[in-house]
Amino acid sequence: MNIVVENLTKKYGMQKAVDDISFHANTGEILGFLGPNGAGKTTTMKIISCFMAPTSGDVKVNGRSILSNNEEIKKKIGYLPENNPLYYDMPVMEYLAFAGELQGIGKDKLHGKITAMIHTCGLNEEKHKKIGELSKGFRQRVGLAQALIHDPEILILDEPTSGLDPNQITEIRKLIRQIGKEKTVILSTHILPEVEATCDRILIINNGKIVADGTPGTLRKQSHGNEVLQVQIADAGNMDEVISTLQAIETIQMVDPLPGSADTFILQSEPGATSRRAVFNLCVQKKWVLTEMKPVETKLEDIFRELTKD
Amino acid sequence: MKKIWIIAVRELKTFFDSLTAYVLIIAFLGLSGFFTWLFGSDIFLMGQATLQPFFSVAYWTLFFFTPALTMRMLAEENKTGTIELLLTKAVTDWQVILGKFFACLMLIGIALALTLPYYISVWALGPIDHGSVWCGYLGLILMSMTYISIGLFTSSVTNNQIVAFLLSLFIGVFFLIIFNVMSSNFTGQIGEIFSYLSLSSHFDSISRGVIDSKDVIFFLSVSIFGLILAELSLSKRNIVD
Repeated sequence: MNIVVENLTKKYGMQKAVDDISFHANTGEILGFLGPNGAGKTTTMKIISCFMAPTSGDVKVNGRSILSNNEEIKKKIGYLPENNPLYYDMPVMEYLAFAGELQGIGKDKLHGKITAMIHTCGLNEEKHKKIGELSKGFRQRVGLAQALIHDPEILILDEPTSGLDPNQITEIRKLIRQIGKEKTVILSTHILPEVEATCDRILIINNGKIVADGTPGTLRKQSHGNEVLQVQIADAGNMDEVISTLQAIETIQMVDPLPGSADTFILQSEPGATSRRAVFNLCVQKKWVLTEMKPVETKLEDIFRELTKD
Repeated sequence: MKKIWIIAVRELKTFFDSLTAYVLIIAFLGLSGFFTWLFGSDIFLMGQATLQPFFSVAYWTLFFFTPALTMRMLAEENKTGTIELLLTKAVTDWQVILGKFFACLMLIGIALALTLPYYISVWALGPIDHGSVWCGYLGLILMSMTYISIGLFTSSVTNNQIVAFLLSLFIGVFFLIIFNVMSSNFTGQIGEIFSYLSLSSHFDSISRGVIDSKDVIFFLSVSIFGLILAELSLSKRNIVD
């Protein structure tokens, strides 16, 4: 199932929460929504999940507009809202049965589906408890289970790992990756390593507009084209001499000593050029001991900060 | 229809899980039993085999109890955000509203069914007019439908349960008392309109055993109007402008 979002705008009063955004998501793709608080992530997800209508623009699921085929599309979507609202006074099993029945699962299949979901989400020991009695992590699993119970082709998850401990986060990510192989998944988060770990593609939203769209790799390339190396050289003697010698290499644009270190340097190459070989050869020639050489990747954090600062 | 039933059953279960149902039923039976059998113009004072005292007590108790049932319905879902979860399932706004409506109606139905022993006791005491008893029950059910739909509407406009409760009492008071008072203050057509809007005159005639289509239409139309308002208020998030 592919989702095409066309010129979507949503206004709350005078304020534009989402401002004319367009993008698409394909089957087998995990799309990560990234953005500061209040950027419009949740609003966009609410519109795609048919909870509210956009002020203008349209969302098409497999070519069908959500404005006119609301009923039919809702059946194909599994949605985990922000803050994971649930009926706290219902037992887990009963709640999953309720969610399943509403999504049109027949009585004959219902029990099997619930058992499968309880197994997948690791809820076996908690299945008879009331949802209100569960810890936050287990509630999150119930939220995921209710979103997945009818085996939806599209999964929309608004901050799926918030409030989970590191082990649970890893498990949930694994689960999402596994589901994402054959379904269309859109998830939002403001945890950057999470996007890197789970998503195939990233959309960065700021002030209701898309400011970046691409894989983590392409985003890095776009923001910083130059190769950056961190090099540690032992037994080299005079630091200034080392710097000036390194600077002499043709492909190197800039050499900086790493702050707080006497023998480590940050080398920036000219755009499109690589200087690893030249650095190695230089060290051999000068009989310097090269103890470390590693490429420095631009962190996603930096890209994010650069794109979303005002 | 099936979806409405699923929602109604869930709501009804929640009433029983959260003890609301037990408190309501006990308070309703206690109050109406007390005034029917023990105190004030009770059955023994009237000296007639009639359930009239019960109907006039229930007339008031339902006025207070129904908003207490409906206030939670949408206000809480709005507050906790579960409304989002519910409405993104494959259901329409109408199915949600009607599901909740029938859940309240079923609970009131259960409470009323539990007063049937009063009926049987009075029947054992003397010759009773069966027709007027069943009409009285019908009147209470119709009246509850009116209050439930008003309550669902007020619950849909706020996310505060207390506000929803007070607002539906406020609207209820108009139908219960104020229109009646106004109808005696005005003459001519305006007076007639107020008299028609007054719930008490319609209830009185039904509980006396007279089923007039005019009265039934009144209750049903106020109910439907309340439900339509509730649906509109729920779906206003969907308005494309």
